[in-house]
Amino acid sequence: MIMFLIRKILWAAATLAVASILVFAALEIVPGDPAEVMLGINATDEAIAALREDLGLNKPVLERYLSWVTGMLQGDFGKSYTYSVSVNELVADRITISLPLALISMLISTAIAIPVGLYAAARRGSWADTGIMALSQVGIAIPNFWFALLLVYFLAIWLQLVPAGGFPGWDVGILIALKSLLLPALALALPQAAILSRITRSALLETLGEDYIRTARAKGLSRRATIWNHGLRNAMIPVLTIMGLQFAYLLAGTIIIENVFYLPGLGRLVFQAISLRDLIVVESVVMMLVATIIVINLIVDLAYLWVDPRLRHRG
Amino acid sequence: MRTLKKLLAAAVITTAIAPLVLAGQAIAAKTSLVMGMALEPPHLDPTAGAPAAIDEVVYANVFEGLTRIGSKGEVLPALAESWDISEDGKTYTFKLRVGVKYHDGSDFNAEDVKFSLDRARAEGSTNAQKALFAGIESVTVKDANTVVVQLKSPAGNFLFNMGWGDAVIVAAETADGNKANPVGTGPFKFGSWVKGASVNLVKNADYWGTPVALDTATFRFISDPAASLSAMLAGDVDAFANFPSPESMPQLQADPRFKVVIGSTEGETILSTNNTKPPFNDVRVRRAIAHAIDRQAIVDGAMFGQGTPIGTHFAPHHPAYVNLVDRYPMDLDAAKKLLAEAGFPNGFEATLKLPPPTYARRGGEIVASQLRKIGIDLEIIPVEWGVWVPEVFKAKDYDLTIVSHTEPMDIGIYSRKDYYFNYSNDTFNDIIAKLNVTTGEAERYALMSEAQKVISEDAVNGFMFQLAKSGVWNAKINGLWENSPVQANDLTGVSWSD
Amino acid sequence: MFRFLLTALRNGSFVTGFLITSIVIAMAVTSFFWTPFDVTDLDIAAKLKPPNEVNWFGTDHFGRDIFSMIMVGARNSIAVALVAVVIGVGIGVPIGCWAAAKGGLLDESLMRGNDVIFAFPALLSAVMITAVFGPGAINAIIAIGIFNIPVFARLARGASLSLWPRDFIMAARAAGKNKTRITIEHIVPNIANVVIVQATIAFALGIILEAGLAYVGLGTQPPLPSWGKMLSEAQTMMSFAPHMAIIPGLAIVITVLGLNLLGDGLRDVLDPRLTRKHD
Repeated sequence: MIMFLIRKILWAAATLAVASILVFAALEIVPGDPAEVMLGINATDEAIAALREDLGLNKPVLERYLSWVTGMLQGDFGKSYTYSVSVNELVADRITISLPLALISMLISTAIAIPVGLYAAARRGSWADTGIMALSQVGIAIPNFWFALLLVYFLAIWLQLVPAGGFPGWDVGILIALKSLLLPALALALPQAAILSRITRSALLETLGEDYIRTARAKGLSRRATIWNHGLRNAMIPVLTIMGLQFAYLLAGTIIIENVFYLPGLGRLVFQAISLRDLIVVESVVMMLVATIIVINLIVDLAYLWVDPRLRHRG
Repeated sequence: MRTLKKLLAAAVITTAIAPLVLAGQAIAAKTSLVMGMALEPPHLDPTAGAPAAIDEVVYANVFEGLTRIGSKGEVLPALAESWDISEDGKTYTFKLRVGVKYHDGSDFNAEDVKFSLDRARAEGSTNAQKALFAGIESVTVKDANTVVVQLKSPAGNFLFNMGWGDAVIVAAETADGNKANPVGTGPFKFGSWVKGASVNLVKNADYWGTPVALDTATFRFISDPAASLSAMLAGDVDAFANFPSPESMPQLQADPRFKVVIGSTEGETILSTNNTKPPFNDVRVRRAIAHAIDRQAIVDGAMFGQGTPIGTHFAPHHPAYVNLVDRYPMDLDAAKKLLAEAGFPNGFEATLKLPPPTYARRGGEIVASQLRKIGIDLEIIPVEWGVWVPEVFKAKDYDLTIVSHTEPMDIGIYSRKDYYFNYSNDTFNDIIAKLNVTTGEAERYALMSEAQKVISEDAVNGFMFQLAKSGVWNAKINGLWENSPVQANDLTGVSWSD
Repeated sequence: MFRFLLTALRNGSFVTGFLITSIVIAMAVTSFFWTPFDVTDLDIAAKLKPPNEVNWFGTDHFGRDIFSMIMVGARNSIAVALVAVVIGVGIGVPIGCWAAAKGGLLDESLMRGNDVIFAFPALLSAVMITAVFGPGAINAIIAIGIFNIPVFARLARGASLSLWPRDFIMAARAAGKNKTRITIEHIVPNIANVVIVQATIAFALGIILEAGLAYVGLGTQPPLPSWGKMLSEAQTMMSFAPHMAIIPGLAIVITVLGLNLLGDGLRDVLDPRLTRKHD
């Protein structure tokens, strides 16, 4: 068990190391020079050379890679070329948008998907079930950024209930700030809810088919009691797994939604940093996101292990 | 299942009601202004970076130079109260204003001027407009309030150059920290900066000049055109000096709450052409292109009608502008004939590299479709600025590109050696050389119009249109600039009526 | 084969999905030699027309016919997603089969390599890849294709692992066939079903991802239209030309829905056991 744990953690560390080389190498060959971008078209070559020296871009590749990695290991993610503040500070700013956004959309999607999925499973084969499954099929097919556009059109442009985009900052008041996160959260939540409700439904059906559930039913437990006492708890395992993965996706994969709503979140930070050739920001933020996903995967793996001891001897 | 139903109902109600509960609005006070901007500045030091967004926040508000540029493009005194120019036009003696303090409380004096100018032109300087200072021979402090600037040769536009954001005066002690915490002499002090969202300026109570009417000024960064529109409609933003989407203008114009001013900018939007690369080295090919582009269709299609067609590289609002649009009227037959004469009766293939702005991306699609009609098949290559600068501007690895040249009075770039147009014409160079040493207005204007005609005759680039400045602001705001002779949002004269 | 067709025709998902997918593919193919209007011909004077009898889906801000653009866009979407699936299957399946056949350290390292790719949020990496190689359809294909590789590798490995201990494989081994031959002759035909089902799903995901990349300006480049790019152009004009945003979005939804239904249907048709278990 301990050996298994250690191996998993070692693999996670190795994955991170390989990922860091990939990210660094990719950005080494990206065309474009941060110093030239910063100084614009009228800058003299001499000024650009001076800035390159300032930014440490003239040092050898290996030296820059090593100093980046050792910095990260000590919690120092470097200093943004364009903003001249530390990446830690930039990320701390942006996470105050990305994290609440991820949490709110997770909340919305769970609040819709779990009850709906359970209901469909409990009423398997009914019109309600068929309807819900058809709807969820459509939900999966809707790209979230298009759904976002529709929400903007109806709720922001027509009804003018919520702003169509932008983020005023938390200091203007929590309610106003939350209001501007509502549409993006909804847009992110719907396709996730469609997937999650299907998973919930099939997970519950799966467990209801297991032997011990049949035994429980045979012992005379009512159908509803069976679902609540036995089925639900076991069905929650795959559901929680998917939720973990969805959360990782929400933290990192919202670039397009952040673009639609012009939210200064993490995804947008990376997107802008790439176009400004602020390489250190791209490298460090991507590594943070990759690390988050690896950690979530590790937790999911361990959770499986805890739930299903049979797995301990495999893997 | 009852619990489930309750849960479901609760979820539906929460999602439905939440927007209603959250619909309350904050009302802006009359001494504060929220100004929308499309781009966020990377930092706030105008002496160490090219992005216009830096000047648009701090110029005239936080930082001041020896001179300043007024709303009509005129040179006004700023930190220099007055100046004397020697007979030979090479020595400028600036008399500085007395009693000026920096925002950190320290005094402004002649040493700061010397420091700022020397820093900008020093070796290893990261000033983005170092060329502005290239003509300076020496800067000497005569006394605490007098500075003498010696030029290598007379420069007709030296006073204008000293009014650029890149030439503002900073203090030696705070210069290095200006990127994150700008310390200037202007009527506003730096307040705070929420990265990715806004910069906040507050009134400087100890300002040397007329105090500003606003207590606070916030620059909010919204690059998305749709988001800008809704921020404006919702009253979250009071003004946009330059609204990012021309297509939204009719809707804003129709709304009595707003004042919409379509002004002019210094941005000549041109189809830049690589003049040494075949077949563009043949003037007939360049003239064929000039005949094939329908400027008004580009303005209508890309900018929704905002913008003025131009026939040369000069701002139409300038008194010395010569209207040369009709030199190459839209005429496909003439264009095809010229192409055939040049040896391309069936046209040819070339590339069109487009940087990110809307005018370039949309304009480029239209230009490509127009040139296809005379057989020129353009491959569109969208590039980011990070690629455009080294590839197109530096390495000149391009056939055609579209870019708006937003520097004021920049016709001189056509005489620059090694500029990315790869254009060289001795007649033109002579005109510019003469212009640079001429100070009389009438003679200068005559030279300028000559210069415009030469580049039009050579069809150096496809001259498309002058970028419009689509200002939108709350109708109760007074004193915002209608034109932008420099890249700035000068808020010194802004106030709210009632 | 006849029995397969019979089962298939009785499956509602399969029939609906197959019909939708066929129509979309037919539109895409037709666009190669005929569209109602030329999509590269701009007519600024005719811009922003709502749907009418001449332009069935209206015109865009350059006066182009949106119906024609949807047809040509279908071509791009399908091409990008399909080639990306081919890359995923072509590289992922051999890797998965190889890992399953050899086992041990090779298996472990191949699968951990997969984990590295999995650790990158797909869209983020696609953005990075297009930053390195420049935007464009080809690079969008590479970016999406790379993410299909580990998906198919895992699937193929899992499916073949469950086959190796089976009797008919044991018999083949006893007959002296080597692992490569067994893989080609016995494993691949038997995992084809799951791979085909996954391929339709990856196809659908590829269409959404391509639209997303094109939406942020990294996919198919002008003058050729693409559904995602049409959406991004429509965004600022939504208040006065909503048809520009609604129509390309519907095209994406219908296509993806069709492919998902086809995948679901195929799964049921190809594996009757599942059908009995779930419905």
